[in-house]
Amino acid sequence: MNSHSILRVVAKFMIPFIFLYALYVQFHGDFGPGGGFQAGVIFAVGFILYALIYGIDEARRVLPAGLTRTLLSLGVLLYAGVGGLGIYLGGNFLNYSVLSSHPVSGQHLGIFLIEFGVGTTVAATMITIFFIFAGQDR
Amino acid sequence: MVAVAFAIARLRNLFTIVMLMGVFSLLSAVLYVLLSAVDVAFTEAAVGAGVSTLLVLGTIALTSERGDYTPEKFKVMPLLIVAATGVVLIYGTLDMPLYGDPDAPANKHVVPRYIEQSGAEIGVPNIVTSVLASYRGFDTLGEVVVIFTAAIGVLVLLGRGHNRWRPGMRAGVGAKREEEEV
Repeated sequence: MNSHSILRVVAKFMIPFIFLYALYVQFHGDFGPGGGFQAGVIFAVGFILYALIYGIDEARRVLPAGLTRTLLSLGVLLYAGVGGLGIYLGGNFLNYSVLSSHPVSGQHLGIFLIEFGVGTTVAATMITIFFIFAGQDR
Repeated sequence: MVAVAFAIARLRNLFTIVMLMGVFSLLSAVLYVLLSAVDVAFTEAAVGAGVSTLLVLGTIALTSERGDYTPEKFKVMPLLIVAATGVVLIYGTLDMPLYGDPDAPANKHVVPRYIEQSGAEIGVPNIVTSVLASYRGFDTLGEVVVIFTAAIGVLVLLGRGHNRWRPGMRAGVGAKREEEEV
């Protein structure tokens, strides 16, 4: 798509805002609608747009296959790790109240971390699936 | 939504069908907004209308735009069975409490506790987030694992074969789509 200069310019203009919006949805999920799932999808869509406009190889240079696979597992591990940390600190699995000296701030920290894990896994999953599908014809 | 569903069932051009499925998802998202379920609507719009459409389009790009179509003649018996099932389902909904009824079982069980206590216990204004991430954290962990499994499945079936021990293992792998559920 080298000739489509309008598409390229508009995509370049929009991608930072898509990422910004994804981060907003991720970290504002406590206060409004949104959370890890939605944020991960929006974040992935930013990369997918980049890949659609500039080609899979360019996108793969930015985000190598090994990195997405690592992030894929890291998200789940972070989630389960927070749960395990709850046990380690004397609570139940996925009980965040023990993560901090104050139960409510512990809950905040726990929710923040697991939403981050969810977002990481979802984004990496969507990017992986799209790249594999789009990269089949070669 | 009904019209879109009929169009999807009748049309033969897969590209049109994919676009209409996106429209259907967007209409569902609007329906969820009308039912005050903004979190669900957000997910539906992002996943159903956005990424699913993209993934199915990618699949179509790999396969073909026209599906296999075998003309079928009109049969009475299946129509009767479908109609009877529909009537039974609609009859079942007559017993259900009205939408927003405070005495409905769904609003009696744990919901009052979530609404009254979650502010003090979790301290997060969005109750959906506190239910999803804290009270039902284990379920959400399961959902994340489901998504993770979908990615692993696609990687195993269609991956490039970045396998140290078995190089070039992805010869003759057919296209197969994994369903992701959020």
